[in-house]
Amino acid sequence: MFSRGIKPLAIATAVMTAVSLGLVFFYAPLDADQGFIQKIFYVHVPLAIVALCGFVAGGIMGVIHLRTGDRSWDARSYVAIHMSIILGVAVLVTGALWAKAAWGHWWLWDEPVLVSFLVVFLLYCVYYPLRFSIEDPERQARYSSVFAIAAGAFVPINFAAVRMAEAFTHPRVLSQTGGSMPGEMRLTFIACLVAVTLLFVTLWKFELTAKNASAQLNRLRRALEPEGVS
Amino acid sequence: MPALPLDEAGKYVAAAYIVFFTLIVVYVAIMAAKVARIDRELTELTDLAEQQRAERDRDGEPVA
Repeated sequence: MFSRGIKPLAIATAVMTAVSLGLVFFYAPLDADQGFIQKIFYVHVPLAIVALCGFVAGGIMGVIHLRTGDRSWDARSYVAIHMSIILGVAVLVTGALWAKAAWGHWWLWDEPVLVSFLVVFLLYCVYYPLRFSIEDPERQARYSSVFAIAAGAFVPINFAAVRMAEAFTHPRVLSQTGGSMPGEMRLTFIACLVAVTLLFVTLWKFELTAKNASAQLNRLRRALEPEGVS
Repeated sequence: MPALPLDEAGKYVAAAYIVFFTLIVVYVAIMAAKVARIDRELTELTDLAEQQRAERDRDGEPVA
């Protein structure tokens, strides 16, 4: 069900990741202002973009689940949010490493981009206790979808609010004018973004396939076990 | 703030990429363990199904 196309996707992800790394370290020029530490942005920014898109996608899948009642959409939503949280951890750590190198501090509480991402991340950390505190599978799926939709709607609002904030100490990689990246850097950045997106989709499908196999196995066990044995 | 020299900046860049790849490797390792468990359980269920089939054959029941 979920495993269709996973092999070419995995191959494309591996190739694209290798190509991106090659571009980052052998093709993209050194940033005149930041120097070598700017290379962190090729992993940090695509991870942040894909993680935030994953949260929004989780919300959209939650909407489809509530509209159709098909529990597989709840599973899709759950795995998308789960994957985004994993990427979110990488975003926070790589961001802190860059901040230490560039600003001399691991974290700045008056920097809206950092704090807003942390708020989004912590909001989604609540998803797990909410989901797993409900035992009834139907209610669990429904409540989780409602949370995914509400939190998913918060992500673009939060993003827009940060863009409108006055502090501009956090570097802009993308803007309406394409940021300040020269062509080689932009190409490298786009390649990295594609690689991280492919990685997200591949791992999302991989986990869904494993979850589906596990569920089928439980059904098979119930069918095979003699009556009266739980 | 002036750009860090390469030997200084290299540590941070390496750390960022190592963190990213470590997370992915840990995630894939956890998923691989799950897949291995599914494979093990599937083998057990296959054995159980074959055992039940053999018992039904022995008792002379028609096999579905």
